[in-house]
Amino acid sequence: MIGIINYGVGNIGSLQNALTFLGLRSTLSKNPDELSRCKALILPGVGAFPPAMEKLDTSGLVPFLRDWAKKKRPLLGICLGMQLLMTASEENGFTPGLGLISGRVVKLKNSPRSIHIGWNTVSPRYSNDLIPGEGYAYFVHSYACQQETPEVVAETTYGVSFASVVRSGNVIGVQFHPEKSQQFGLAFLKRFADGVF
Amino acid sequence: MLTKRIIPCLDVMDGQVVKGVNFINLVREGDPVELAARYSDAGADELVFLDITASIESRPHVIDLVKKVAEQVFIPFTIGGGIKSVMDIDRILHAGADKVSINTAALAQPQLIVEGAKQFGSQCIVVAMDVKKDGDTWRVYSHGGRKKTHREAVRWATEAMNLGAGEILLTSMDADGTQEGVDLEITRRISTVVNIPVIASGGIGKLIHFEEAFLYGKSDAVLAASVFHRNMFTISQVKMYLHQQGIPMRLTGEL
Repeated sequence: MIGIINYGVGNIGSLQNALTFLGLRSTLSKNPDELSRCKALILPGVGAFPPAMEKLDTSGLVPFLRDWAKKKRPLLGICLGMQLLMTASEENGFTPGLGLISGRVVKLKNSPRSIHIGWNTVSPRYSNDLIPGEGYAYFVHSYACQQETPEVVAETTYGVSFASVVRSGNVIGVQFHPEKSQQFGLAFLKRFADGVF
Repeated sequence: MLTKRIIPCLDVMDGQVVKGVNFINLVREGDPVELAARYSDAGADELVFLDITASIESRPHVIDLVKKVAEQVFIPFTIGGGIKSVMDIDRILHAGADKVSINTAALAQPQLIVEGAKQFGSQCIVVAMDVKKDGDTWRVYSHGGRKKTHREAVRWATEAMNLGAGEILLTSMDADGTQEGVDLEITRRISTVVNIPVIASGGIGKLIHFEEAFLYGKSDAVLAASVFHRNMFTISQVKMYLHQQGIPMRLTGEL
């Protein structure tokens, strides 16, 4: 069972649909007890960083997720969910994140449009199991991690290069939406699940 | 590299896709999920469903359609037509759509853009505008092109962006239905003024029209209906052609 963390941020139905389509069982919850019985967790998210972090905090999920990661249990952050895994974000000020992956989230600089919307290339930096080859994924965001960190698995360029896939042990983050990235995205979710079960 | 998007538009009536070509002889085209899946497999980058009944009675059908499409199709899709309130937006997004397109309601109550963006994020608020040339400027029309408003197109596009729109879907009423290409001038003017993506629509009849919309119109995406419904060319043909002209395209396995 994959637990989708339902903390009131974003359209999580699409994610659950994609998992169901792949034959993977999932449950929506923000209850730490319920989530702790899952084999893997997915942290979704759309919108701004500060209110999302606040919602995680008030749900009592911050210590729970840090503990989960410490136990090396699998966790996947998607879009804003990936950004929440990082050290901090500069969106509307400065907000510390979960700190599970090193790096700071900043506004995309030199980007042709204020929001990066559409299909862009995801290029793996080295040979790996998660993103075995280059492909196109669907992005919607205006902030990203542009820092050089050892956790960067794949990168994407929109005005500047940013981290589109990060990984530290069993904690994985993707800036794109796998649930909206057709075969490329579904194959990624399948590989994440295969690594878990 | 960020690719340019090709977006087929499907007209929906009572939850069924109909041909958008001839409004007098509406022909039932069939199952929206099947058509959506077919377009998605063919390489469509997104889908737009336009509810042409756009009445309260059609709402349950639309919600049902959104749910079914969201279960089977894994590319972003937008619902447009008759969206009037934050409640409408909420229901459509909750059922599984990624974006809503608002037109008349945005003109009547611009606050809807503000509220929608605040509650759900700019990324899911597409402001659609129908424009017609009027001397040296372009005028915005509401109610599916039936009512002339006092708004000038470039100014309205800028205002919509400032209110929180995430994308502009621009249709030239002069070009629409002509199959002689999109109105490049107004597309270019709006695309160069706003800082959000512009989807060009209306007038596509030949492959070169897509190319022009990107190269001279500076648009980020092109939306087309009849050329795909009539099978004048497939999405993969369009994308392959554009790719050969050096325009960045997402090419999928089914080519």
